[in-house]
Parts: sequence; C-alpha cells; structure tokens
Amino acid sequence: MWQFFHKLGSPKWFFGIANRFMPWLLAGGLILLVAGLVWGLAFAPKDYLQGNSYRIIFIHVPSAFLAQSIYIMMASAAVVTLVWRMKLADVFVKSVAPVGLMFTFLALFTGAVWGKPTWGTWWVWDARLTSMLILLFLYGGVIALDRSINDEKSAARAVAVLVLVGVVNIPIIKYSVNWWNTLHQPATFKLTEKPAMAMEMWVPLLLSVLGLYLLFGWLACLRMKTEILVRERRTRWVKDLVLAGRK
Amino acid sequence: MHPIRKKRLTILIFLVAGLAVAVGLTTYALRQNINLFYDPTEIAAGNAPVDVRIRAGGMVEEGSVKRDPESLSVRFRVTNFTDSVPVEYVGILPDLFAEGQGVVAMGRLNNDGLFVADQVLAKHDENYMPPEVADALEKSSKGQHKPPYADKTAESQAY
Repeated sequence: MWQFFHKLGSPKWFFGIANRFMPWLLAGGLILLVAGLVWGLAFAPKDYLQGNSYRIIFIHVPSAFLAQSIYIMMASAAVVTLVWRMKLADVFVKSVAPVGLMFTFLALFTGAVWGKPTWGTWWVWDARLTSMLILLFLYGGVIALDRSINDEKSAARAVAVLVLVGVVNIPIIKYSVNWWNTLHQPATFKLTEKPAMAMEMWVPLLLSVLGLYLLFGWLACLRMKTEILVRERRTRWVKDLVLAGRK
Repeated sequence: MHPIRKKRLTILIFLVAGLAVAVGLTTYALRQNINLFYDPTEIAAGNAPVDVRIRAGGMVEEGSVKRDPESLSVRFRVTNFTDSVPVEYVGILPDLFAEGQGVVAMGRLNNDGLFVADQVLAKHDENYMPPEVADALEKSSKGQHKPPYADKTAESQAY
C-alpha cells in the first residue's frame, strides 16, 4: 500500500496515468453532464410553486457540490504536502484552486439569480450565503498567497497551512442551514436519505453532479500535467517527451 | 510510518482540531447574531428588541392576509404554529408569498406588538415537486400536511 502511495508522488508516473484516464473522464463527464442538463432543463417537470425558475438547481447544486468537494480534496492534499512533502500534492492544490474559485463563484451567482425572483432579494447575509462567500475568499487567498511567494517549497507549505486552516469553514457551510435560522432552505439533494424532490427531478440532478465531478477530474489532470511540465522542464524525461513530440 | 511524519501529522491534527473548537465556540457564542431572524415565539416572549431593525421569520398564517383595496398595504400574521405576530407591510410582495408559505420580514417592532415591515422575503423550503404531485398530496392529506419548515422552527426553541 505504501509503495503505491509513494509512487503517486512521482510526477512522471502521474503523467502516464493521467494520459490514460483523461479521455474516459472527458467522455464520461460530457455524456453525463449533457444528459443531466438537457433532461433537467428541457424535460423535467416544473415545480408546483416556483414554475420554471427552479431549473437553475441543475447548475447551482452541482457547482456548490464541486466548490466544497474541491476544497476538501485540497485540504487532503495539503496534509500530504505537510506530512510527506510530496511534490505532486502541491501541484494538485495549485492546479485546482482556480477551478474551485470558479465553481464557488458560479454557485453564488446562480443562487443570486434564483434568489431575486424566489426570495425577493439578490443577497442576504444569512449563514449559508456568508460562509459560501468566505469560501470564495479562501480560494482567492490560496491563489494570491501562492503567487506572492517565489520559492516553490515555502509557497507549498504556506499554501498548505492556509488551506488546512480554511477547512473548518466546510462543515459550517454544510450545516449552516441546520444550525441557524437562514433564508436558504435545507439541502434538497441528499445522498444518504430520501431526497426532498420528485424522482424525475432528482435523477437528472444526480447525472449533472456526477458528470461535473468527472469533468473536474479531467480538468484537474490537464492542469496538473501543465504544471508538472513547467516544474520539471529541466529533467531528462520531460526533455525526451518534448523531443519525441517534435518528430 | 516514519516517526518524523507521524509527529508532523499529530501536530496537524491538533492544529485543525484546536481551530475547529475555537471556531465552534465563537459561532456558538454568536449564534443569536448569526440567526437571520427571530421566530414568533421569541417575539411573543419579548426577547426581540422594540423599535430596532430586526427580522421576523415564520409561516404566513392561513386566512390572515388582508389587503387594503386602496393601496399596496397588506397585513398578515407570521406564525410558527405556537405563537404568531401581526405584520404590516406596504409594497410589492415576492411571487412566492402566499398563505402557508415561509417568509422573512425585515422591519421594526412597535410598542403595540405590531411588526412594521419594510421588506418581505419569501422563504422557500427544500421540497421540489411537479404540480400534479403537489395536487395529489394536497388532496390526500388536507390539513395534515405540515411543511417541514414548521418542525424546524419548533426545534429551534430548544436553545
């Protein structure tokens, strides 16, 4: 088990694995996401109360899921960076932080667009919305901190500590709607219990969530490969790879 | 595992656990400020300040909405099925505002116990269903169907 774990730390080995998985991630992700979105946006029945405006859930919920999951993945990678000093873990954090930022922004934006007709306001300082805004700032902070330190190793450690400190925010986001009075409703899409929505709405939502996860996997591999090439540009195997590509 | 790594891991676990406790205690201490609104029981018990801008949240009581035919003024009662608070509002209500729906009203409580709102937001619950299902549910359990939101307000009395 430990051998496999240490192998994961080798950028060259990861490069090969990523190349093998990426087409499957891309194809699977696109199929699921397109199926989920077309089904959800065009064919799922409308809601008894909100009519068609509820359909933004098919974008809002998957983005919010990803925004939080990416942060949890980054925190796990940060532990690996700090304890095992594995370069690849830092490459992961660096590569996916902007992706997480984008999904957090998308979740906040779609939520605001939905909130205006449903609640009657774009924004309210309730616990869910505020903690999600903090997540956006955390992602921004991670990116900024990384850019501001030139030395690769110290940047990796500083970023890892910041990511770990911020992970406390994740349970707050998740349980804010249960712990406090909020304007945001409790979770509709649940994996552990019976969902609070009709099956013909839940299945397309599940497809979009899964599809977006796969697409994120693809994007993470792509960005990590780029980052690895930049970092390892002086090594033998990267030079060989580039020379082989030229032929 | 290498002893140095074990040590680093222990430090990290303590760091995150300590942080979680600190944040947990802080948010617990500030829970009244984090709560977006007062529920009707708190207002009825006199826990809400008078003539300060606050929010009141709950369900719009069935049969309590009275609109003034001359103006945009509307009066209704916000309830959590144990206590209720009269609310007065002048303005356009959100689309989802209806009797039996959740609302959060922002405004001031006056000395007579009337809540004068300057903004009314609709609160949506987590249930989504097609119109036919909603109709069927309405027919089969008329009167018994209590929105899940009602249980939550009852729960929040606990502290």
